[in-house]
Amino acid sequence: MTEKDGKEGCGDGCPHGVSRRGFMTRVGAGTIGLGVAAAAGTAEATVHEIPPGEPHRVTLTVNGTTHRLLVEPRETLLYVLRERLGMTATKPGCERGECGACTVLIDGAARYACLTLAVEAEGHEVTTLEGLTKGEEPGAVQRAFMDEDALQCGYCTPGQIVAAEGLLRARPDPTLEEIRTGMSGNLCRCGAYVHIFRAVKKASVLRKDAGR
Amino acid sequence: MISSFTYARPKTLQEAVELLAKPGARAHAGGTDLLGCLRDEVFSAEKVVSLSGLSELKTIVPSPLGLHVGALTTLAQVASYKPISGMYRALAEGAAAAASPQLRNQGTLGGNLCQRPRCWYFRGEFSCLRKGGETCYAYDGENQYHSLFGPGPCFIVHPSDTASPLVALEAKFRIAGPAGTRTVDAEAFFVLPDAEVQKENVLKAGEILTEVFLPAQAGLLSTYRKVRSRGAWDFALAGAAVALVVAGGKVAKARVVLSGVAPVPWRAKKAEEALTGKALDPAVIRAAAEAATAGAQPMSGNAYKVDLLRGAVEEALRAIA
Repeated sequence: MTEKDGKEGCGDGCPHGVSRRGFMTRVGAGTIGLGVAAAAGTAEATVHEIPPGEPHRVTLTVNGTTHRLLVEPRETLLYVLRERLGMTATKPGCERGECGACTVLIDGAARYACLTLAVEAEGHEVTTLEGLTKGEEPGAVQRAFMDEDALQCGYCTPGQIVAAEGLLRARPDPTLEEIRTGMSGNLCRCGAYVHIFRAVKKASVLRKDAGR
Repeated sequence: MISSFTYARPKTLQEAVELLAKPGARAHAGGTDLLGCLRDEVFSAEKVVSLSGLSELKTIVPSPLGLHVGALTTLAQVASYKPISGMYRALAEGAAAAASPQLRNQGTLGGNLCQRPRCWYFRGEFSCLRKGGETCYAYDGENQYHSLFGPGPCFIVHPSDTASPLVALEAKFRIAGPAGTRTVDAEAFFVLPDAEVQKENVLKAGEILTEVFLPAQAGLLSTYRKVRSRGAWDFALAGAAVALVVAGGKVAKARVVLSGVAPVPWRAKKAEEALTGKALDPAVIRAAAEAATAGAQPMSGNAYKVDLLRGAVEEALRAIA
């Protein structure tokens, strides 16, 4: 199903060639492919239009890797990242733009993947938590979250980290007030907020030390 | 998962208008309110018409007469664009106070103005007036987040934080539609439920809000104050946008427009009268804040909003004085 620059796999951090999820995803591709051929014949000449239920070929750039895959218009970026690309760091929470668990960066700015149609992400750079690591090496924000014990159950943490990354790209040296505002789109049921704010401050220092 | 729909991404405004003129078509700007409504089945869409291909609606263009803000400008851009933070500060503050950082990065000014209300009966599984039913459930029900002003028969509050600032700033809204383009005053864009109970604005089938024009006015000062139940990411319980033209130490012209308390951005004309011709001293500010609550008709659960409103107007005026 996915074509990642010619090689197929389970997403950026996957140490194996083909994951179970990646395999399952690709098995469905044959039948879906027929739908696209049919749809192409009926597309209107001037307006790019995709009929309901018809899978449509999109090219998504996720963490610097190009994926060509088939999506339905109604599928959200959150769904496609998790269920089609097997990239499960991005979490489903409320799925209505209230909790922030699904936060990704689109062109470097934090957004909710649950309220973004996958077809709308075409032509933009998507960055997920998987894209903030270098292999098994955690990124600056992840390191800071561990150092400051900025989580309890951890379910909101991927979204918190990506939101913090977005904030720090826009404001490399935020004040506490800017951190509180910048992180206000992410809920933590465990209430680890004070530690999260501390971690974002620490991440700003770690990023500076790393020369970013 | 959301029910299936046809998806179209027109490349020109003309194509978008033609697609949206057909029954069952819905416009997608940032998509944040649309996807929420589709997921919760507040309404359905046979066709989603994405406006994301219309780059001409994403620009902010200054002119000697004012500022042309494309309807697809994101709330984050509106909040951070320097010329807006000058005389149009109320708009920048409204955009910055809306929603959450993620939603401001995605949601557009046009979408913020056209979003559907947050009334929990409208959003929930109730066949209320606004959804074509027979009853407003809020009137005899849970109405702590509902309106203080307005004629009924529906008691929503308009959810936008940019609408009241734009009415205060005397903005003009440009609309494209099947019959060509038209321009309406911001104040005339929003409709009360006694005129149209299922719509919040004057847009007809096929019409798209394309641009907000902010006229330049010498001596204009503005600000927006929003009160909500927590410090961030919430809708207004009460709010006030204030725009004053001050000349020779006195208020030459005043607009006080309330948010979170009426089905439309609500002009507090008694407050405007209390300010006009006066110096902005504490006694005048207190009198204007009191006047802003004139005519409020609280229901069983929302009388607390009257006090919040008085405070919001007073704080907004003090911020300007």
